[in-house]
Amino acid sequence: MTGWPLPRRRYSILPGFGLTLGYASLYLSLIVLLPMAALASGVFRMSWAEFAAAAFDGRVVASYRLTLLCSLAAALINAVFGFIVAWCLVRYRFPGWRIIDAMVDLPFALPTAVSGIVLTALYAPNGWFGAPLARLGVKVAYTPLGIVAALVFIGLPFVVRMAAPAIEDLDAESEQAAASLGADRWQCFTRVQLPALAPALISGTAMAFARALGEYGSVIFIAGNMPMKTEITALVIITKLEQFDYAGASAVAAVMLAASFAMLLTINFLEWRSSSRHRSAG
Amino acid sequence: MKGSDPGWVRWVLITVALAFLAVMLVAPLAAVFMEAFGKGTRVYWRNVTDPATLSAMRLTLTAAAVSAPLNALFGLAAAWAVTRFEFPGRSLLVTLIDLPFAVSPVIAGLIFVAGFGSQTAFGGWLADHGLRVIFATPGIVLATLFVTFPFVARELIPLMQEQGSDDEQAAITLGASGWTTFRRITLPRIRLALVYGLILANARAIGEFGAVSVVSGHIRGVTNTLPLHVEILYNEYNFTGAFAVASLLALFALATIAAKNILEWRLRRAREEGDKS
Repeated sequence: MTGWPLPRRRYSILPGFGLTLGYASLYLSLIVLLPMAALASGVFRMSWAEFAAAAFDGRVVASYRLTLLCSLAAALINAVFGFIVAWCLVRYRFPGWRIIDAMVDLPFALPTAVSGIVLTALYAPNGWFGAPLARLGVKVAYTPLGIVAALVFIGLPFVVRMAAPAIEDLDAESEQAAASLGADRWQCFTRVQLPALAPALISGTAMAFARALGEYGSVIFIAGNMPMKTEITALVIITKLEQFDYAGASAVAAVMLAASFAMLLTINFLEWRSSSRHRSAG
Repeated sequence: MKGSDPGWVRWVLITVALAFLAVMLVAPLAAVFMEAFGKGTRVYWRNVTDPATLSAMRLTLTAAAVSAPLNALFGLAAAWAVTRFEFPGRSLLVTLIDLPFAVSPVIAGLIFVAGFGSQTAFGGWLADHGLRVIFATPGIVLATLFVTFPFVARELIPLMQEQGSDDEQAAITLGASGWTTFRRITLPRIRLALVYGLILANARAIGEFGAVSVVSGHIRGVTNTLPLHVEILYNEYNFTGAFAVASLLALFALATIAAKNILEWRLRRAREEGDKS
């Protein structure tokens, strides 16, 4: 950058700066900035008391707690199983690994409404998994467990796709060095390899968590949507909209947006820290 | 083989991974088709060719068809500006492109209700002039544009950054016009990545549920997309019908995954050839 106060591009012989930047900015303004500003202005017109009444009502707070806890549980389950899946896909070759590798993207590609109804069918008391679980006395569909199941489905690819390149980058030399210095395989894994994989694993888990916080389509069918018990925050917003309570919906959305931005900043910070550590180590 | 893990560890891990994936991925996919064909192929065919399904399909394809060229254009423009020039606010622009991934789909729909709903001044003015945005097709297109615009840009920016602009500068210096340079130098090298981004964006456009649900108003036969139609049939306890429509979307998802993998393979090969030369 040329420095303040010269709001000019660095000289380049390539054409099209004004055209492309102008078009991109205009498009972003129309699709993102103006509608966001409209939402924000609606929130700022509310008094603090109105805002608190809408955004921190008992039923809404219960939905925050439920959404946070279920998202956290699902992210942690994905951290464990997503890591095992990534480890197997990168390090072992077994029949069908290529197809399995491709199938990991299914939760990204399958429309959320489809995952929602099919997970409900599987975990309902008469479903493939729901029936045996019901005999054991475990109810999954229409309980918080069902919400966790849907969020595990949605978040799995984030962890696998973030962890796999890092597992690929593990070098065999440090593994052999640790072994020649007398470390057993488990010590080598926990002391040498896991620390090297931690940044990618944490980023993937954080991304799965962030996605889970806002998830709607795959959850609402299986959740049962009982106020105070199984009602997620995204559904609270929809319910308020259906009652034409635009201000209330915007207030809850503002709280949710604040949480999402906090997660986005955290993820960017984690990635920045791990890449700067890489640079200083390399 | 890179792994030096003991044989039994290997088998335990593979068993755990396969069991987990069988429960989480394979069972849902199989169940979609089992439920869809549960009452025979004739019922399936009737559900798939139902007029309400066909009209939902038309709206879904319209939204996807409008968003694809706009996404391509935005992705190309943003990537050219960001990777070929330095300017203040450049990193802000890159961050803004990531925004839809951080925002709940419900909020993505809500911002358009807040901006264009008939309860707002602007939306009211539009409605007075005969243009309904919310609870109508334009709202569905806008919400689809919001959730899909990052995909192409996110594929192009890292690639064009890596490739650099030496060849383009050479072409300009030798007297080629900007358009010729773009068409003959830039476009051939980013073609695969552009298609890759469009495939991802298209999958999202066809499957988007939350954002479209908020702006649609659920008017059957008018503002119903395929995913919304799945929800309506399901809530009417027409489960076989809901899964029949869902199976169409699942087939489309499988086609997307196949196309994505073929392109990834070709991208890798193109990169390896580029490294050699």
